[in-house]
Amino acid sequence: MRTLTDHAVTAMSIAATLLVITPLVAIFVYLVLRGASSLNLDFFIKVPKPVGEVGGGMANAILGSGVLLAVASAIGVPMGIGGGIFLAEFGRGTKFANAIRFTADVLNGVPSIVMGLAIYSLVVVPQGRFSAFSGGVALGIMMVPTVCRTTEEMLLMVPHAVREAALGLGVPNWRSVLSITVKTASPGIITGCMLAFARVAGETAPLLFTAFGNPFLSSSLNQPIEALPLQIFVYANSPYEDWHRLAWGGALVLILLIVLAVSLVRYVTSRGVLKGAS
Amino acid sequence: MGVGIEVTNLNAWYGSNHTLQDITLNIPANHATALIGPSGCGKSTFVRCLNRMHETNPIARVTGSVRIGDIDIYEDAKPVQIRRRVGMVFQRPNPFPTMSIYDNVASGLKLNGYTNRRVLDEIVEKSLKNSALWDEVKDDLKKKSGASLSGGQQQRLCIARALAVDPEVLLMDEPASALDPVSTSKIEDLIFQLKSQYTIVIVTHNMQQAARVAEKTGFFLNGRLVEFDSTHKIFTNPSDKRTEDYITGRFG
Repeated sequence: MRTLTDHAVTAMSIAATLLVITPLVAIFVYLVLRGASSLNLDFFIKVPKPVGEVGGGMANAILGSGVLLAVASAIGVPMGIGGGIFLAEFGRGTKFANAIRFTADVLNGVPSIVMGLAIYSLVVVPQGRFSAFSGGVALGIMMVPTVCRTTEEMLLMVPHAVREAALGLGVPNWRSVLSITVKTASPGIITGCMLAFARVAGETAPLLFTAFGNPFLSSSLNQPIEALPLQIFVYANSPYEDWHRLAWGGALVLILLIVLAVSLVRYVTSRGVLKGAS
Repeated sequence: MGVGIEVTNLNAWYGSNHTLQDITLNIPANHATALIGPSGCGKSTFVRCLNRMHETNPIARVTGSVRIGDIDIYEDAKPVQIRRRVGMVFQRPNPFPTMSIYDNVASGLKLNGYTNRRVLDEIVEKSLKNSALWDEVKDDLKKKSGASLSGGQQQRLCIARALAVDPEVLLMDEPASALDPVSTSKIEDLIFQLKSQYTIVIVTHNMQQAARVAEKTGFFLNGRLVEFDSTHKIFTNPSDKRTEDYITGRFG
């Protein structure tokens, strides 16, 4: 009977795993089937051609997504990690920390289109124009709650004994937090950052009223900028067959770029960090 | 070199729980002093008051005076300064999991801003030799994580880490209670060697251990120091009936 239960539970968990993986694999296979044919060198180095002309690429959108995500990470990662450190280490148990935690959870639930509108009125209107900067701010703020809450959770998982060891050596508390606790929790914190990054990389709605889109190659923070999800949205909605093909190619490239960025960060951060941490 | 510790009327609380009551005793320099007593009797709290670790718990409170060498640790200095002079080894080995063996030993110095590589190399080697771990790890100092060592090695690594900041006093809170007998005897040998250079205070549940390593022994019960005398006297001819009951195994 016990072996039977054991087998049943094993079989169920395998089935559940397959169920989770199936849609992921299906999406990826479908994207490759539809998108791979439109990928060529031009796709990566040329900007879109006017309607009716054949060819052209998405260089503007690829560069634009890169710029937007760089700005977003520069805002979201330090703010999120800083907030998480405060929640877990310095403000633990205070009313202020509870208020921040609640706000972060609410912010996490704010629809992305609302975030776009908020940044439109806070940044775009005063600035007088759509810009890459405003798009980066919108995405960056969307990263904050995820980064903040994972940082907090990961710091709280660091054993009390490790903190005591540092304090027992006569290390000041702030130093112990930054050099020992945060470092011990860093694999988990990095995972949180990557999750937030991957999530906003595919966001379209917050960019509609901020980055706006731009058919020309631009990396200026002060000008409107294209982004892969934006361009996919526009092209997929268009009536032209070759734009549809480009949209599929764009979707494939977006996924590949996210995979590449996540793997790169994993690789860089795993080097030099010693294994064997429990 | 070690220094003596004079404790006068020490009281400690966790919240409303009065865990230490009117402790007064003198711990001699360059000797090992053992503290025994049943669980919850306050002996761990007592050693944590000697390096001001007690107050890292927000609900903890202390009164009374503790003089280590020529300074009153609650009057004349900040907690971080005291903890550099009074090292601590905890019950469970707690090396920093993300650091190499080398970095673990050097951590106390590095985190306090010490950077001279050559001097650090020397101190790391000396500390690991002093904790009898050098021969086992000298080839993997920077390759292996502190967490990859065995439990007994980890505890000796923690001792090396505490020694590296050159303390005068070494507090050990049941340093061998999570270890196997072989590792335990290594730790005891180590205490034996170290006590010529440091003042050692060791909390232990193991009375044979107290008898083996310590010149002086204190018996704690319910937050009070019942008896403090030479180890020989405590184990052969205690003055207090409660001490006798405890060491003969009638309770605890």
